[in-house]
Amino acid sequence: MPDAALLETRGLKRHFAVRGLLNRRIGTLRALDGVDLAVEAGEVLGIVGESGCGKSTLGKTIMGIHQPTEGEVRFAGVRVAAPGHPRPKSLRARLQYVYQDPGASLDPSWTLRRSMHEPLVIHTDLSRGQREERIREIIAAVGLPVTHLDLYPHEISGGQQRRIGLARILCLGPRLVILDEPTSGLDVSVQAAVLALFRELRERFGLTYLFISHDLAVVRSMCDRVAVMYLGRVVEIAPAAELFAAPRHPYTRALLAAAPRIGGPRVTENFTLQGEPPDPSEIPAGCRFRGRCPLAAPVCAEEPALDFTGPHGAACWRWREAARLPSAASSS
Amino acid sequence: MAEILAVRDLALGFHTETGQARVLDGVNLTVRPGEIVGLVGESGCGKTTLAGAILGTLPKSITWVSHGSVSLAGADMLAGNGAEEVRGRAVTFIPQDPFASFNPLFRIGTQVMDLMRWKSPRRRPGRRFYSLARRRADRDAVIAMLEAVQLPQPARLLQKYPHELSGGQRQRVMIALALLPEPRLVIADEPTTALDVTVQAQILGVLRRLAVERGVAVLFTTHDLGAAWEICDRIVVMYAGQTAEIAPREEFFTAPRHPYTRLLLRSLPEEGRHPVGIPGNVPSPLAPPPACRFHPRCPRATGICRSQRPVLGGASGHLYACHHPEEGLLDA
Ligand SMILES: Nc1ncnc2c1ncn2[C@@H]1O[C@H](COP(=O)(O)OP(=O)(O)OP(=O)(O)O)[C@@H](O)[C@H]1O
Ligand SMILES: Nc1ncnc2c1ncn2[C@@H]1O[C@H](COP(=O)(O)OP(=O)(O)OP(=O)(O)O)[C@@H](O)[C@H]1O
Ligand code: SF4
Ligand code: SF4
Ligand SMILES: [Mg+2]
Ligand SMILES: [Mg+2]
Repeated sequence: MPDAALLETRGLKRHFAVRGLLNRRIGTLRALDGVDLAVEAGEVLGIVGESGCGKSTLGKTIMGIHQPTEGEVRFAGVRVAAPGHPRPKSLRARLQYVYQDPGASLDPSWTLRRSMHEPLVIHTDLSRGQREERIREIIAAVGLPVTHLDLYPHEISGGQQRRIGLARILCLGPRLVILDEPTSGLDVSVQAAVLALFRELRERFGLTYLFISHDLAVVRSMCDRVAVMYLGRVVEIAPAAELFAAPRHPYTRALLAAAPRIGGPRVTENFTLQGEPPDPSEIPAGCRFRGRCPLAAPVCAEEPALDFTGPHGAACWRWREAARLPSAASSS
Repeated sequence: MAEILAVRDLALGFHTETGQARVLDGVNLTVRPGEIVGLVGESGCGKTTLAGAILGTLPKSITWVSHGSVSLAGADMLAGNGAEEVRGRAVTFIPQDPFASFNPLFRIGTQVMDLMRWKSPRRRPGRRFYSLARRRADRDAVIAMLEAVQLPQPARLLQKYPHELSGGQRQRVMIALALLPEPRLVIADEPTTALDVTVQAQILGVLRRLAVERGVAVLFTTHDLGAAWEICDRIVVMYAGQTAEIAPREEFFTAPRHPYTRLLLRSLPEEGRHPVGIPGNVPSPLAPPPACRFHPRCPRATGICRSQRPVLGGASGHLYACHHPEEGLLDA
């Protein structure tokens, strides 16, 4: 692993108890089940995968919202999370988690100015004047007029609320921002503007992003590298251009084949992947994708680890055979 | 062939506490038998309202219609007489949120059979009695249809409660329910918006295959242009309650004439291009701009766009409502 990594996870796991009658533990849900990642400063790493595969749990465990069940998280070379490890207080401002709709967390009875001041009051000891100065700078950076600070949330549009939500996070001066589904529910015209804003803010403030999304087109246009998750694990990771041009893992290939490509053939006519991801409280033994994989073979009874050539890794015993198959998602 | 659905110059709105919401303002749209027509447009442009107008399900006490007509299988859906018998038989509906349309307290099977009692194609108009023979025939039809939408073990599925199904499974049941009365038109309101891409590909595949095989027409509303590409034969674009453009699928994506359609397509994320979106916001239906409602955001707008409503014109199946239509292919 390069020592330039700003963020690293090692064997990171987060399990949840499944409880039955009388709150008795009847099983374990392995939401995050052994993830090794390294994110370099300034990079945008995309995390993709279907609903329930553990993307948000990964983000929240890194952020400290969940304690790891096993493994550790390191930030700038320092261990910041591990089972029973107290979280350093200074970390809070430097690592930020942005929920799907950051505008939704605004207090409706507060002016936007008050909502903007609040995190600075909690996390810094800036004077009122210094806070106001910083807020004005950030508000301009997210493209809102300073006069908006006197308004209430219901007086601005949904898109503007998202901008305010982002501004609140940025004024703490984070280095790494975890964006969890930041464009879901947005129309394409608004989405384009929000993505442009993320790019601009990254340049301006030197940010590193962990970009969680299930929209492959957005991830492709936004990220330097992409990790594909399936049932709590990273099954493939590669530079974005390479992952989309030459996917290796059968699951990644199915995922890419399923996304409509305007101008290409109708994928619905030859899309073959059946079924839905199994329940993470009953993960199959061996390769997790085994039950749905067209290439499954006896060797797959054992769980494969990420197998790298250069920066491109796939957790599949048969990725070389898979990569040779013609793909429905041939690049247009 | 004669249209199964024809909406002509429809203008309608709602009485609200803050004034008149003029939601639809001159909508034109036709669907021919066996055809899949996509109705695309951004959030709030009036897609669900139009679906409600066609189905005759808008709240009567607050809705006003100032202009136009909706004719479905020969019945005037705005008049009320005849509409009741058409609804649920000649036309059925697949809602945006399938969870909300099931009663959580009853098994799927109970709810399906309840529907069949009234909407089965084997029911003779006016008959209230549900004979055992018809019940058996209906149940066989239900099982066969659940198999057709690729739900495994349909008999067991009928014993389940709604919360025991995944989102994709619920949506498949909704498709099956919509097709069971053997309608001539199905209105699907964003049927895959909440689903993952692999599940979306499965569902769109099922819907398209069944529509083609059974000659059912589909009106498919969506704000996802990729999904529209996947499934539609023809596409209708609406902006702020006005029909902007109608074109066959290929032509829509390669050579659109309306400035709004072009800006929408250029907002799609794509590799190596950083779209900027469409400046400005969608207008409120309480205070819509006069004449062409797109003029405040349109780069081609001139005086006439602000004073005179462009009429829907054009040639052989490609229609657009614009004073200054664009020429040539959409640049890649
Ligand atoms: N606090 C929790 N308690 C119990 N189970 C949880 C908890 N949080 C998440 N899970 C479960 O862990 C699994 C992974 O959830 P997670 O939210 O990480 O998925 P995701 O990839 O973010 O999905 P989505 O795309 O739907 O947001 C799911 O099965 C979820 O139900
Ligand atoms: N009952 C109502 N009373 C007042 N306004 C309404 C009512 N129903 C809808 N509207 C308004 O009509 C406009 C169109 O709403 P509609 O739900 O038809 O849009 P849509 O295109 O389906 O949007 P989405 O993509 O978000 O589902 C919106 O501005 C909405 O606020
Ligand atoms: S390891 Fe085997 S089952 Fe798993 S993805 Fe590879 S081929 Fe398929
Ligand atoms: S009529 Fe005028 S304002 Fe409307 S889309 Fe055409 S050019 Fe633009
Ligand atoms: Mg999530
Ligand atoms: Mg709608």
